[in-house]
Amino acid sequence: MALLEISRLHKKFGGLHAVNDVSFGVAQGSIKAVIGPNGAGKTTLFNLIAGSLAATSGRVRFNGEDIQGQKPHQIAACGIGRTFQNIKLFHDMTALENVMVGRHLRSRAGFVASMLHMPWTLKEEKQIREKSLELLELLEIDAYADVEATSLAFGQQRAVEFARALALEPTLLLLDEPAAGLNMQETAEVSKLIARIRDLGITVLLVEHDMSLVMEISDEIVVLSFGQKLAEDVPSAIQNNTEVIKVYLGE
Amino acid sequence: MKKLFPLAVLATLIIAIQLITGWTDTRFYLTQLTMSAYYALLIIGLCVVMGYAGQLSLGHAGFFAIGGYVSAALTTRNLEGLKDTVLIRLFDGLGLLVAGQDIYGDSLLVVTPWAACLAAVLCAGVIAWVLGIPVLKLKGHYLAMATLGFGIIIYRIVLASEVFGEADGISDVPSFPLLPGLSVSGDFGAREENYYIAWGLLIIGLVLLRNLVDSRVGRALRSIHGSEEAAEATGVDTARFKLQVFVISAVYAAVAGVFLTHYNGGIGPSEAGVMKSVRYVAIVAVGGMAHLWGAMVMGIVLNFLSLRGVFGSYDDAVFGFILIAIMLFAPNGILSWNWRGYGAMLLRRGRRRESLREKTDGLA
Repeated sequence: MALLEISRLHKKFGGLHAVNDVSFGVAQGSIKAVIGPNGAGKTTLFNLIAGSLAATSGRVRFNGEDIQGQKPHQIAACGIGRTFQNIKLFHDMTALENVMVGRHLRSRAGFVASMLHMPWTLKEEKQIREKSLELLELLEIDAYADVEATSLAFGQQRAVEFARALALEPTLLLLDEPAAGLNMQETAEVSKLIARIRDLGITVLLVEHDMSLVMEISDEIVVLSFGQKLAEDVPSAIQNNTEVIKVYLGE
Repeated sequence: MKKLFPLAVLATLIIAIQLITGWTDTRFYLTQLTMSAYYALLIIGLCVVMGYAGQLSLGHAGFFAIGGYVSAALTTRNLEGLKDTVLIRLFDGLGLLVAGQDIYGDSLLVVTPWAACLAAVLCAGVIAWVLGIPVLKLKGHYLAMATLGFGIIIYRIVLASEVFGEADGISDVPSFPLLPGLSVSGDFGAREENYYIAWGLLIIGLVLLRNLVDSRVGRALRSIHGSEEAAEATGVDTARFKLQVFVISAVYAAVAGVFLTHYNGGIGPSEAGVMKSVRYVAIVAVGGMAHLWGAMVMGIVLNFLSLRGVFGSYDDAVFGFILIAIMLFAPNGILSWNWRGYGAMLLRRGRRRESLREKTDGLA
């Protein structure tokens, strides 16, 4: 059984079928990419999985549990982490603090314990800090730990967002255009990083425009066009699929 | 140790001020400093919800008024007429009531200050909870308008209800015995002890909130301020955290209201006014929004000046002006303003002018 199973998912905005009857699965430990021309419904699909949007109909099952209709924070608690197409870091917080927020679900100090500074919260706080620093080191941005996150260079901001998503120790990571706005060298680094994340045992589902990245790292690719699934196959087969070529290059 | 240092400085300052006013025979200053400390308690509570969590409330005078008015009404309104009802008998049995005589010598049955205080704070907390569930779904100026609406409702209620004394407010509120020999009251003889009660309460309140903002919960609150969507995706239950911090700040406001009302011996409708809420927001902004110490210091300084009558009849106008000026010139608060940079700029300008003058002198 697949880790993530999307069945007959449907999202209507007024008269527009942004996601139309889409079904596919993501196998545990794999990297799956969703591609398609602009307006194909890729980000909508992501928001449906992450709970930012409610589906009109259809189901999303994660680890066998129906998660469609749950709030984003509940879905995060199930073990799904995500990044955003237009990076959403917490301003007025350092890179390290941003990542530390990612440990929220792995720690438990509440209002009362925090206000009273209970001794166990100090220990927990230390663990949060250490784990977050480890992640910054993994992404090679530990030098910027105490720099305000939103003042970093674009590529570094993306790395902070990665670290924040990884901090919640997800089973599935949703990456919304991880290479958007990056140059070729940075894209190659992201590609290596995604492979490394998979090697850590984390399943990855990504939306991406950069074909070289997608073809290089994906185990399987889903092609969307006008909200509908056009094809689903391994990269080499997608490259030779006439339907897909037609959608991308025109007739 | 690093955290204790500012508190030690503050404590030293508090004691020094008390001693100096004693020596110089200016003890009357302590009265306004006591009142300022209570207002500052409300302001640091508002600072956390507004500066850290990013949820603007224009209704905090309402929570202050709920605290003050409920406690005042319970400790002054005669329950003698309801003496035979089951509820009053039950309260009496629990020791929540105290019998006495009013100024005309008639028997008076009222709620004890401790019970009244707890009831008032609980009341404000519950109202904040019930109000917060729908209202905190709103963002930005929509939230500001909704809380403003709440503030107006509370203002009109206290102004219209007989039990809250209508336009006169409630007077003759009894003192509040905190511990044997230590009570919140406006008696001249109790000036020093009340000064220390107020500042002690403020410091406890400050330490609790400082711990809060410096924790997992504090980070979660700041993340909501940064991006609610990303906070949710990171697993923060934003609705719950916003509600909890809103209730905590309402409780701070209510505690301030209770103490100040017992200290002043009364409360009037102006304490519930919208202008008061605007003033509190202005002070948090001057203090630097997400800056507990700044909010506290500014809360003390500006309330003290206002209570001393420095701003005269233009009191509210001054706070309006402060709000505009801060937004224009120092949106991160007066304490974070680049004073040195500004000074250096003035200096550079002066030098440039001088060197220009030298050159032109040479030409002449």
